[in-house]
Amino acid sequence: MNARPKREVVVPGDLLDDKGLRPGSGTYVLDGKVYSSLLGVKNIRSNYVNVIPLSGRYLPQTADTVVGKIIDIGPSNWLVDINAPYPAPLHVNEVPWRVEFGDTARFLRVGDVIMAKILMMDETNKIQVTMNDSGMRKLQGGHVIEISYSKVPRVIGKGGSMIQMIKSMTDCRIFVGQNGVIWIEGELENVLVAAKAIQMIDEEAQSSNLTERVKEYMEKALPASEQADIQE
Amino acid sequence: MDSDIVMVDDKGKRLDGRTADELRPMKIEAGVLSNADGSAYLEIGKNKVLAAVYGPRECHPRHLQNPTRAIVQCKYNMQSYSVGDRKRPGPDRRSVEISKIISEALEAVIQVELFPRASIDVYIEILQANAGTRCAGLTAASVALADAGIPMRDLVPSVAVGKANGHLLLDLNKEEDNYGEADLPLAIVPKTNEVVLLQMDGHMTREEFGTAMEMGVKACHEIYEMQKDALRRRYSTEADEQEVEE
Repeated sequence: MNARPKREVVVPGDLLDDKGLRPGSGTYVLDGKVYSSLLGVKNIRSNYVNVIPLSGRYLPQTADTVVGKIIDIGPSNWLVDINAPYPAPLHVNEVPWRVEFGDTARFLRVGDVIMAKILMMDETNKIQVTMNDSGMRKLQGGHVIEISYSKVPRVIGKGGSMIQMIKSMTDCRIFVGQNGVIWIEGELENVLVAAKAIQMIDEEAQSSNLTERVKEYMEKALPASEQADIQE
Repeated sequence: MDSDIVMVDDKGKRLDGRTADELRPMKIEAGVLSNADGSAYLEIGKNKVLAAVYGPRECHPRHLQNPTRAIVQCKYNMQSYSVGDRKRPGPDRRSVEISKIISEALEAVIQVELFPRASIDVYIEILQANAGTRCAGLTAASVALADAGIPMRDLVPSVAVGKANGHLLLDLNKEEDNYGEADLPLAIVPKTNEVVLLQMDGHMTREEFGTAMEMGVKACHEIYEMQKDALRRRYSTEADEQEVEE
């Protein structure tokens, strides 16, 4: 899209810098030199060398918005699967409802999908999530797809341009979690088109002109009646 | 062991036509399985090995968790059809040992302290065996780990050096292994030349051991280049295809 420097794929152990740049994420230092610890793309930003991962598990950051699925219920908490290496408990104090002890299953059941925020992730990697924040809620109906978390910024696009385009063209409601889990709701045909478009972004995230090609794909794939609606 | 097979002829060629310090033809491909977090397929000579990586993920059973770092759990498994006579399936003394040493070799490079209480699971399947499968398995596993996006200090190439008919030979094949005098599998961290796996069976003199180590380390660096190439290829082909499209 914008003029980027040539992307350089690095593998673990590759030398990134030995001239005083500071080590950023996905790197480590040995004998004063910065090496990559990940398979990813080298990126230099304000004196820091980073490696942007091409794959890997989602590691939660405090205040991330994620889409998760309830996998277990306790008397005073739920366990949410957010695709992280660790279980993410949701305590009854962190939901917008008043829940009696032992009454948790009345509010969220196993299999329900929720939007939640990472309340904190401490240094021992213990996670807590909360729904006490604006926009956090139980997602009813809809479809859930998963992509690699490192492609989320691409799906959202610059200032939300990509996701806005997909939403308006397919007339779907879409929530993208930072963990790479995406919830889509709308007419089944349109949902399928949106899901396919997002998968396309996931697979081809590295290429330029992606927005154009996703648009082209959706124009072809959407039923003609929708097209008319959009043009109006 | 004495046998009348000539392991190295007077031209210095081996049974399969290689010279003493030549690797078997090798092929590595990263990202071959879609359900695992990372994977790699490797062929070296007649060996065929598949490695799959899951995690980091919550460690079960809980008592194995380490509150300060992740643990690496490797399972090395030979398929029953991987050898000439059908191998009885399931873990045996040998595969449990190999699983353990490969886990420890990988733990030396993975940044395990980033994922306390988690487990990184590595599954190595030997589809076809022709001597040197533990080295092939470890080489494939380290590519699969990188493909899974797991932070690690370096890749781990591995190779065996052996002795047959009094000659030191790199990367033994089945015949050389069975009728030879010694076998020395080793794995290194190429950046520092640290040794992370070293075993030996049979006999070698001290001088031979030194030479064998040198041959092995040199070959590991060759394999290292192939590992890096396999990982780069996985993503550069994608980019190339897209350029053609545009």
